[in-house]
Amino acid sequence: MHELAITESILEIAVRHAQAQNATKITDLYIVLGQWSSVIDDSVQFYWDMISDGTIAKGATLHFERIQTELTCLDCGKVYQPDSASLLCPNCQGTRLKVTRGEEFRLDSIEIES
Amino acid sequence: MSERIPVVEKILSANDRLADENRARIEAAGVFSINVMASPGAGKTSLIERTVCALSPKYRIGMINGDILTSLDAERAAAAGAVAIQINTGGDCHLDAVMLQPALDQIGLENLDLLIVENVGNLICPAEFRLGTHKNVIVASIPEGDDKPHKYPAMYRGADVLILNKIDLLPYVTFRMDFFSQGVAALNPGLTQFDLSCRTGEGLDAWYGWLEARLSGEKVPDA
Repeated sequence: MHELAITESILEIAVRHAQAQNATKITDLYIVLGQWSSVIDDSVQFYWDMISDGTIAKGATLHFERIQTELTCLDCGKVYQPDSASLLCPNCQGTRLKVTRGEEFRLDSIEIES
Repeated sequence: MSERIPVVEKILSANDRLADENRARIEAAGVFSINVMASPGAGKTSLIERTVCALSPKYRIGMINGDILTSLDAERAAAAGAVAIQINTGGDCHLDAVMLQPALDQIGLENLDLLIVENVGNLICPAEFRLGTHKNVIVASIPEGDDKPHKYPAMYRGADVLILNKIDLLPYVTFRMDFFSQGVAALNPGLTQFDLSCRTGEGLDAWYGWLEARLSGEKVPDA
């Protein structure tokens, strides 16, 4: 239930960047969303339709680029996507891991009209 | 004319900025602060009760409790000797930096040594929302099972200290300590961990010692 606050944040960032370019309308937002970022894109979309009303971002399309978690084993070098049962390296059972992808959560770019 | 412009901004950057403001206020008052997070029932309030009872003779302790409803937890902390303030989130699943601000206004930071924030019971998102406290403390417990680090990686990634509570139940519950520890090590290598039981009191002294070292302003390695 934290997607409302997140959606408000997305709107604030987008409008601020658009206004800096003297835009009159925001048509598209490109959001990068890692699997481990605990955000549900359907909920963001739901709130977006409500809170963007009355702003220059009204009706803008949200594009989500979902990034699967990717771990790199520091022992054997294996790069893998953890399954739901265990995080450990499937090759050597190593626990020295680096999270190389999956924690992203940013607004990458916006499409504006001016 | 239509054009695509780069933004590349962290979506939670507004919360992060407010968290920095909260941190500055807490630091200016000379207070050490922790954010206690866990699933419902892991023992956050019991740990806080125990901690307040043990340390309140020596230190002035404030407690801010985030809960969806009721002030039961704040009342328990107040009964143990803390100045307690309740934030009812009204359904929100975590505390964030904005919610903390009015509580910081009310609690009288200048009269405190230690501030304990008890987050909403939830293993999914609280760690994503920085509050401005110094350390994130996550409470796990034996009956929750040994797979929690594997299933809730974000919480374990964001922790500075791990408390493993209810170790008195180890003889009665299947809990593979090695599997649990492997998950923790994978997500947060070198994480400071205290195994204890708030019911029996076993292991609590080491946790108090960790806190006291920070309260006395000793130069201790960051953990």
